Amino acid sequence: MALLEVKNLIKKYGRTEAVRGVSFAIPQGTCFGLLGPNGAGKTTTIEVIEDIIAPTKGEILYKGRPRTDTFRAEVGILFQQTALLSFLTVHETLATFQNLYTKTADLQELIAMCHLQDFLNQYNDRISGGQRQRFMLALALVNKPELVFLDEPSTGLDPQARRNLWEVVQKIKAGGRTIVLTTHNMEEAQALCDEIAIMDYGRIIARGSPAELIKRHCGGVTVELPSTSFNPSLPPLSVPFQVVQDRIEMMTDDLNGFVAELVAKNVNLKDMAVRSPNLEDVFLTLTGRQLRE
Amino acid sequence: MQFNRLWTLFVARNREFLRDRAAFGWNFLFPFLIIGGFGLIFGGDRYAEYKVGVFPVETENAVPASLDIPEQFRRTQYIQFVGFKTADEAFDKLKHYRIDFLIKAGPPPYPYWLNNTSPKGYIVEKIFRSSLLPPGQSLPAQKNEISGRQIRYVDWFFPGILTMNMMFSALWGVGYVVVRYRKNGVLKRLKATPLTAFEYLSAQMLSRIFLLMFTLAVVWIGCDLIFSFHVEGSYVDLAVVFFVGSLSLTALGLVIASRGTSEEFATGLLNFIAWPMMFLSEVWFSIEGAPYWVKSFANIFPLTHLLKAVRKIMNDGAGLIDVGPELAVLALMTLAFLAIGAWLFSWNR
Repeated sequence: MALLEVKNLIKKYGRTEAVRGVSFAIPQGTCFGLLGPNGAGKTTTIEVIEDIIAPTKGEILYKGRPRTDTFRAEVGILFQQTALLSFLTVHETLATFQNLYTKTADLQELIAMCHLQDFLNQYNDRISGGQRQRFMLALALVNKPELVFLDEPSTGLDPQARRNLWEVVQKIKAGGRTIVLTTHNMEEAQALCDEIAIMDYGRIIARGSPAELIKRHCGGVTVELPSTSFNPSLPPLSVPFQVVQDRIEMMTDDLNGFVAELVAKNVNLKDMAVRSPNLEDVFLTLTGRQLRE
Repeated sequence: MQFNRLWTLFVARNREFLRDRAAFGWNFLFPFLIIGGFGLIFGGDRYAEYKVGVFPVETENAVPASLDIPEQFRRTQYIQFVGFKTADEAFDKLKHYRIDFLIKAGPPPYPYWLNNTSPKGYIVEKIFRSSLLPPGQSLPAQKNEISGRQIRYVDWFFPGILTMNMMFSALWGVGYVVVRYRKNGVLKRLKATPLTAFEYLSAQMLSRIFLLMFTLAVVWIGCDLIFSFHVEGSYVDLAVVFFVGSLSLTALGLVIASRGTSEEFATGLLNFIAWPMMFLSEVWFSIEGAPYWVKSFANIFPLTHLLKAVRKIMNDGAGLIDVGPELAVLALMTLAFLAIGAWLFSWNR
């Protein structure tokens, strides 16, 4: 049985429809990702599920039943943007939130798992971005939740801090907890999620594991060349191409044949790059746009 | 409701207040400064309500005894005499309401000038003309003086400043702070926990009442050491009245805190409520003699009833039974504010 089930969820703000009939089910112990660009409706979807905002229409089932008052005690949430009570240290804030729950995690274990030891006695608003996200993650876990919501957990973090955060999320996953993650970072989705739903304009446009999605929508490899490598009088190529900034990207199932074609047409291959497709390519294929746009 | 959650938020909020050194210090310093300042201005013998210009006089700080003006007028209390070298200089000050009345020094008849639109000038003219009556003349009036202990101005003024400080602290400490929390997402974060709105609001209210009473005690003791306030009634009765008053003021703060994410709007709303309440509750001046509707309107403010009860106990020696009507009104207002605040409250809108 799915731990969480969302059926035909709709959320309107006036005439604007932020979420347009989203449905999915999340099995227990998996990490489910909502991937999409900014404004796709990911945060609205997750906040309706979290019971922070009310849906316009639709049904949300937790453990097969509509959510009750105990739902908040059983879930942990890391919001995209939030502030905390001022003039409290990291440790005091953890203890304060711990006291709001009946079932609680061991603070020392939590502190060790999220690597909070070095800044435990600092005020909660006087820590770095990476420290803050690990701390917010610890807050989300303070009640030993069965279901954890992570809304854009690594936004604004440098690559090192992002890796550190992912490491902690992997540990949570390894502990058997169910995770719902929203992100516009395909690397994050690929690194953490077992299953992904790609959202665009309030709808889910594709769903599956990262590998399935890539296989289904981007069969071949991506060949990248600088725009300057192409002569304007070049005869048309056998595959369609996308101009991405100062590069040209082409996708092909037959790399050898395509390289031979480029050589035959006197294209300069000195700066050619070949890479396997990723979720970014899936999104590009599905929408004609990039995730970052 | 779980008492543990309420207590946790109560402690967290107190920590916030006590650790915010700037706000914490200001909460104590402000009433000290106001009471100290007004005590100095109004408490001493040098306080002057009216300013009378005299010319020609060589120095601005004229010594009344040396002025060549009618002696009876010169000896009038609460008048400060300001010297001017020339008439033009004095006329300019009179025109701009810097002085209330102007008189030319010298033998009679005494030429004087006043600004026709100045109420103070009108009063000083009456004082001046009555001072010219021949001494010993019998007037058809009988002077009587109130016997018993006199209420010093500072004893009348002190409860007003204390309760005004409570009002600002309650309204801003709850109203503004909760709106700020809603705006920056603190309430959203708390909503994601099992904490109920009732628990959260109760913690906010109890914390503010605790801090109000604590601040009140410290300010009272500090001011008492300087001014030696006289309390006719019981300190216990005063504490009860202050407690009930802080309940109603904090509950009013909760109404303001119940909705909104704009700090600017909250500030506007707080000012809209606080300023009329401050002026009409007789913190600074009596509204005795004001139109009936003004006095009736003043009764919608909890501060009016709180201050009335505090002054009755402090200045007149009233007991709890005597201030029963005020306590009942404050209690009813508390219930009404709590009901409205709870009905309107939203975590995120």
